Amino acid sequence: MKFTGTASYIATDDLMLAVNSAMVLGRPLLVKGEPGTGKTMLAEEVAAALGMPLFQWHIKSTTKAQQGLYEYDAVSRLRDSQLGDDRVHDIANYIVKGKVWEAFESDHRSVLLIDEVDKADIEFPNDLLRELDRMEFYVYETRQLIQAKKRPMIIITSNNEKELPDAFLRRCFFHYIRFPDRETLEQIVNVHYPDIKSNLVKEALEVFYGVREIQGLKKKPSTSELLDWLKILMSEQITPAELNYNRKNKKIPQLHGALLKNEQDVQLFDPASRRSAY
Amino acid sequence: MIRLPAVPRINSPAMLLDFFLRLKNSKIPVTLMEFLTLLEALAQHLAFGSVEEFYYLSRLCLVKDEANYDAFDRVFAEHFHGISNPLEDVTGTIPEEWLRKLTEKFLSEEEKKQIQALGGLDKLLETLKKRLEEQKERHQGGSKWVGTGGTSPFGAYGYNPEGIRIGQAESRHHRAVKVWDKREFRDLDDSVELGTRNMKVALRRLRNFAREGALEELDMSGTIRATANNAGYLDIKMIPERHNKIKVLIFFDVGGSMDPHIELCEQLFSAARTEFKHLEYFYFHNCIYERVWRENQRRFNQHCATHDLLHQFGSDYKVIVVGDATMSPYELVWPGGSVEHHNPETGAVWLGRILDQFRKVVWLNPAPQPEWRYSESVQIVDQLLKGQMYPLNVGGIDQAISYLSK
Ligand SMILES: Nc1ncnc2c1ncn2[C@@H]1O[C@H](COP(=O)(O)OP(=O)(O)OP(=O)(O)O)[C@@H](O)[C@H]1O
Ligand SMILES: [Mg+2]
Repeated sequence: MKFTGTASYIATDDLMLAVNSAMVLGRPLLVKGEPGTGKTMLAEEVAAALGMPLFQWHIKSTTKAQQGLYEYDAVSRLRDSQLGDDRVHDIANYIVKGKVWEAFESDHRSVLLIDEVDKADIEFPNDLLRELDRMEFYVYETRQLIQAKKRPMIIITSNNEKELPDAFLRRCFFHYIRFPDRETLEQIVNVHYPDIKSNLVKEALEVFYGVREIQGLKKKPSTSELLDWLKILMSEQITPAELNYNRKNKKIPQLHGALLKNEQDVQLFDPASRRSAY
Repeated sequence: MIRLPAVPRINSPAMLLDFFLRLKNSKIPVTLMEFLTLLEALAQHLAFGSVEEFYYLSRLCLVKDEANYDAFDRVFAEHFHGISNPLEDVTGTIPEEWLRKLTEKFLSEEEKKQIQALGGLDKLLETLKKRLEEQKERHQGGSKWVGTGGTSPFGAYGYNPEGIRIGQAESRHHRAVKVWDKREFRDLDDSVELGTRNMKVALRRLRNFAREGALEELDMSGTIRATANNAGYLDIKMIPERHNKIKVLIFFDVGGSMDPHIELCEQLFSAARTEFKHLEYFYFHNCIYERVWRENQRRFNQHCATHDLLHQFGSDYKVIVVGDATMSPYELVWPGGSVEHHNPETGAVWLGRILDQFRKVVWLNPAPQPEWRYSESVQIVDQLLKGQMYPLNVGGIDQAISYLSK
């Protein structure tokens, strides 16, 4: 089975090839790209399109690799011991499975999403090397070896917060989602708003790409901002001609709040205030 | 035999290896392990039918950083130039023997030792490359490598040197610009792009989270574990709080000759501001003298004495001076040499004080590096800093940061 995108997700040729190669060779796929380029959504869509169960592990700065495997719930055991519960004698009752374990246990080949791997400690990826290579790990408390029933398809996303270790990178396929070009973006807009008028999209994209090109933006508007903006443009019934007027006259676009979330970015439209920011 | 897909000529192992060596030569950090992955992927028919697919697949396997995509595109374009019709039905094969030997040759423990003795893998690959070059010149196999069978992992296959590059004008069917020729990733290449994103990533390496200072936080899980082990008697554990301990002090030159670089400095400034919690910054003109300014606009009335700064900030502050160091040498070496006011002591003396007070000081210079040697003042400043002057581009920031974080 091949992944070719879905009714709600547009995948470019290189992304499809990346996903399918990772599937066939059983290697983790590391996906990077600007915020809002559909990295997280990719795992969901791959799982949905290929009918695979999805396990999502969202990483925070405090996440430890071990938590993806399992955790020993000492608090419950302590409480049970105070209450004189019999469960307390079997340590296995206090082993809590992590997402990696759940994915390993799945009877069907699953998709395991490790989202925003760069949020964690620099050692985090290194701590998972063995598990990713061998698809197994050992539970010391219960002396069990957990092996993947079916090698899960692992999708890892990163926002480039931190460099990732070389040893980890060598084991992954790497795909950078480039910010979509006009044609791709138009397709993305169409899967979200099938009824939108094409001349509105055309003019809005003109404005949108123009805004993205402004030097010094703190936060370039992304696909999700474009989608939000289009939605309110439609509900406020802004016409392509109005958009065009502001663009030609170098005025800030209508309803810019949806595109530019940062006060300083809004000020960039007023060249006089520019120098003083520095 | 492993049959390879119908991608003409690029399935010659020698050509693939040559491609791999070229990537290595252009400083793209590819390893043999990744090259073998590519071979494995080709053997699995993951790319067939078009050179585009081969391009995507090899990029997927070999490049692990989008900053190298552009360099990859350039090597790819050069190497596979003239492959006219990818659907031309030439099916190639990679002899398993060749793969096996390649693997053995480079990856077995014993071989690894030999490789070390030969001066490392890179050296060996270089030699291989030379041999391949010789091979091309010879036009016909039969000597050093090809056809001698046994001594060479490539010899058994005996590729046809003529087959390596077609070199003819592009076919009618493929006049459209190739993906790799579009150079879409040019601005992700960190040797050219100076945007804040790349600067942030470069600066981020200076962040150094560590547990330091007093025991401030209750270590919940530590306490529970200890208590459980202690048969239920409370055993409280504390750990120090984690924080970014890096403190940064930046001095920006706002002298007239800096005007063309203002945008670049703004970018550095905004990148630094989001990266460091403990960031202090000051402005100066041409050289740091007895006073600097907090706010650029009010520089004639709100100044700070440099002396006070030296006492106020600890020696653990990392100091970054941003300036083109372009001034009259008098400003550096003569008392009263400043163009703007009367300075009792020279710029060199003040720079010396800063270097004495802070353990790590670097200078980032936005002027193009090749021009530095024509400026006497740049030379003097560079000497004062003992060579810690770096160009203000991502590569330079990278080097500066690695010095600062040592
Ligand atoms: N290729 C696409 N096809 C359809 N919708 C898309 C696509 N790319 C992005 N989107 C839209 O953009 C939204 C943001 O996508 P997503 O959350 O997956 O981005 P992300 O790359 O994970 O961002 P972040 O780095 O902020 O986590 C999606 O919910 C979807 O609406
Ligand atoms: Mg995401």
